[in-house]
Amino acid sequence: MLIPLTPTLETALGVAVILVSIASVLSLIRLLIGPSVPDRILALDTLYVNTIALVILFGLRQGSMLYFEAALLIAVMGFIGTIALSKYLLRGDIME
Amino acid sequence: MNLLNYALPVAALLPFFGAAVVASSARFHRAAPAWCSALAAFSALLVLIPAMSGVFAGETLIQSWSWVPSVGLEFAFRLDGLSLLFTLMILVIGLLVTLYAGYYLSAEDSKARFFSCLLLFMGSMLGVVLSENLLLLLVFWELTALSSFMLISFWQHREDARHGARMALAVTGMGGLALLGGVLLLGQIVGSYNLTEVLAAGDIIRSHEWYLPTLVLILVGVFTKSAQFPFHFWLPHAMAAPTPVSAYLHSATMVKAGIFLLARFFPALSGTSEWLWIVSTAGMLTLLLGAFVALFQHDLKGLLAYSTISHLGLITLLFGLGTPLAAVAALFHIINHATFKASLFMVAGIIDHETGSRDMRKLNGLMKYMPHTSVLAIIAASAMAGVPLLNGFLSKEMFFDQTVVASGASSWALAIPVLATLGAIFSVAYSLRFIHDVFFNGDPIDLPRVPHAPPLYMRLPVDLLVIVCLGVGMLPALTVGPLLAAAVKATIQGQAPDYSLAIWHGLNVPLLMSFVALLGGITVYVFRARLFAWNDRHLVRIDARVPYNAVLRALIQVATAITRRFDRGSLQHTLAWTMGPAGLVAVAGFVSMDSPLFGNRTLMDFDPVALIAFGGLMLSSVLTVVMHRKRMVSLILLGVVGLLVSLGFAKFSAPDLALTQLSVEIVTVVLLMLALFFLPQHTSGVSSRWRHIRDAIWAVGLGTGATLLTLAVLTRDLSPISDYFVENSVSGGGGTNVVNVILVDFRGFDTLGEIVVLSIAGLGIFALLRNIHLHASLTDMEGRAWSTDSHPVILQTLSRLLFPLMLLFAAFVFLRGHNLPGGGFIAGLVAALAIVLQYLGNGIQWTSARIRTDMHRVIAAGLFFAIATGLVSIVLKFPFLTSTFTYLKWPVVGKFEVASAMIFDLGVFLVVVGATVMILVELGKFNLLQATKPGKHTKGDD
Repeated sequence: MLIPLTPTLETALGVAVILVSIASVLSLIRLLIGPSVPDRILALDTLYVNTIALVILFGLRQGSMLYFEAALLIAVMGFIGTIALSKYLLRGDIME
Repeated sequence: MNLLNYALPVAALLPFFGAAVVASSARFHRAAPAWCSALAAFSALLVLIPAMSGVFAGETLIQSWSWVPSVGLEFAFRLDGLSLLFTLMILVIGLLVTLYAGYYLSAEDSKARFFSCLLLFMGSMLGVVLSENLLLLLVFWELTALSSFMLISFWQHREDARHGARMALAVTGMGGLALLGGVLLLGQIVGSYNLTEVLAAGDIIRSHEWYLPTLVLILVGVFTKSAQFPFHFWLPHAMAAPTPVSAYLHSATMVKAGIFLLARFFPALSGTSEWLWIVSTAGMLTLLLGAFVALFQHDLKGLLAYSTISHLGLITLLFGLGTPLAAVAALFHIINHATFKASLFMVAGIIDHETGSRDMRKLNGLMKYMPHTSVLAIIAASAMAGVPLLNGFLSKEMFFDQTVVASGASSWALAIPVLATLGAIFSVAYSLRFIHDVFFNGDPIDLPRVPHAPPLYMRLPVDLLVIVCLGVGMLPALTVGPLLAAAVKATIQGQAPDYSLAIWHGLNVPLLMSFVALLGGITVYVFRARLFAWNDRHLVRIDARVPYNAVLRALIQVATAITRRFDRGSLQHTLAWTMGPAGLVAVAGFVSMDSPLFGNRTLMDFDPVALIAFGGLMLSSVLTVVMHRKRMVSLILLGVVGLLVSLGFAKFSAPDLALTQLSVEIVTVVLLMLALFFLPQHTSGVSSRWRHIRDAIWAVGLGTGATLLTLAVLTRDLSPISDYFVENSVSGGGGTNVVNVILVDFRGFDTLGEIVVLSIAGLGIFALLRNIHLHASLTDMEGRAWSTDSHPVILQTLSRLLFPLMLLFAAFVFLRGHNLPGGGFIAGLVAALAIVLQYLGNGIQWTSARIRTDMHRVIAAGLFFAIATGLVSIVLKFPFLTSTFTYLKWPVVGKFEVASAMIFDLGVFLVVVGATVMILVELGKFNLLQATKPGKHTKGDD
């Protein structure tokens, strides 16, 4: 069962959303300016992590369990995406 | 449930099922395809036997099921005397040909392919003759063209086989198109596509203003199929087919399909002067041309092909005369021609098989080497010539009799019996040549093989057919009498005329004509040397292929010119043609709209987080385009775009879409990374400045238009159809996840189509990528050599650890998909990625040694589940893909809902897994092939 939102919890959620948003913007900036490709891959991975946080916070705010699974999927998918990109940097051939 | 009520569709569809069985039977035994094929034909015959007695008594058996009532299409079959006559010819001669072909084909020929194509053809022919609904008939008609294409081109390595097959398909395909037009007109005139109604509406059809176009279109279909002048030229080239195919298609079935239609439509279309002129002129010209040209053929099968053309002309001419007695003669000759021509083709095949040649200039004196076969051939050829006491004589007498009757019409009509006798003279001459040149006339001249007698089972079908020729020739009333009577009654659709099947009708004009023809034929043959010389000087250069190729070339040029206008091989150009008209329509819509552009729906609250996210989305989209020359960077940016889009879906209450978008995103990244390895890392700017400006205008214009359109729609209160689905989702589909219920239940048929397309695309990609070797760069984008650590141990460990977890997650997403976000598609992508992850982390060899399931089978199983769910509902007498659901109480889990749609969803799941893994892994194998075959590698580097 979900705990009803108390005013304290609501404030905490709001602050958390703002902080994670700032983190996302920062990783987005890193991703855009680079300069090296590993920088950008790492930034994308961080962006995935921040996205997971945002989705979970949003789910808490909405009082819905559905978003936890979306977060799980983002985690799995982000991992595979990062692996594919990094493997490419390492070997060029990602499936060998 | 009385099984006999399904006899007709079962008989027509049995060969199709047989074809599928035959295709995979060769692995059990070498002779298995032939036996399975014979079994299928035999069972089709057995299924029909109980229905036959009624048909012989003059009844018409109709079995029909509603299919698409809105267009008049019914799954309707009909068995009357005419259908029965053709069904028996198709199945009995089909059985004999199967027996024959089992011995004819050599060990290198794929028997499975041959016999499954033969069964496909048999089924299509049965469908044509058993259809009650004309649209259904058209479907089978096209299938005969396609399956005969595969049979004629059976020896694909031979150029003449490929050309002959293509010509046959082009000509008969054109005829099929014309027939489609004719049948549609006919259906419009009558108001029904069912034969019963059409045949009863002869007067309406004949007096209708569309009668002439309808007749011409149908006759083009008939004439192309039955090789009537001027469309006869494809038949001799189709002789490149294996001889059993010629014996079957070009004597008894395929070319008789056109004749069958003539007989079928006889009560509806005949009886007008248009019919008389068009049909009998074409028939007469074909009869004369075929008989004349046949004499000069040196190839045994060429002679038989032109002789077939001539006999088909004779039958067409008889139908053209339009009297009931002429129809009797035509039907009788159909039977006789099928028997003697099939046996002659088989003899030609035997000779080819045992001597290695079909050239009559080399083949001589075979009587000494294969006396039994020679006697059979002589009897059959005599039947072809119309020698008394054989079946060909009887129907030819009837034919002569009808030409004499027709000659009474006017003084011009006197030409009909004269020309008929002339045709018969040549017919006797070429039959005589077949007998004398091949079996007597000295000794063989340098044949590739020493001739010897054929195996017993190759000769047996000829034995049986020749016995029929003799039996019908001597005791016609006892043998074919009842069958002919039933066929005549069905063809005429009324009182059958009085006719006599006796051998002796007294001294009369037809007998005199026969006598003249025999004498004349012998004379022509005796003086053949001069005729041959004259033919070599004047006629041999005439080749129907020249005008045919000219027409074909002109057509292709026109088509290419039109295509080139729209598609110059440039993406921008194609997009401009698609988007330009769409943009014009949109502009016209905006301009003509009299209400304000934006509606007055209350907008949602301002949300800073969403604003940031969309700012990031726009920025990264623009940068993807700007940075598109650095492929790796633009790919990473594309990843951001995908992530933010799916975040947007999650925010605006479309969790299903968010999950799907995210999974598709990652599959795309893996796919692109696989492809990127073989592509250059950078592209140089090749577009001119002017092109940049032009493309930018296009992009901005279309983007603005689409945005305005979306805004205009979203700011209005419209009543969407989604309300219906939301309301009915639980009551109708038993699930609370509307998206999934729509996919697997309400719109299940669309989904079925989509997964079929996905499977085909997967198989197509597999076929295209097989055995491709590409050369990848040996350094990364900054010129450094690749790392030597191919599978880092941390990656290996992590990916193996994730495998069961991801599968569990996929199972979870799948199971609850009917009620909460998820379903077969997303679960399929997750499971596929779980497998792909193993390939990424552990390598192809390690993974394929552990996951040994062939992805082809996974796709096949998926399609099977999906289609089986639909078929089960048909069996239970519900429309296709009707789903049902119930609630089960399970221990621990509690109340659990089980829907039949879940099995359908399982099919979706399997197809998605199979196709995704197959495509990605096949792409990944490019380099593996290189690594294992270093020889290939160096070859391409030069």
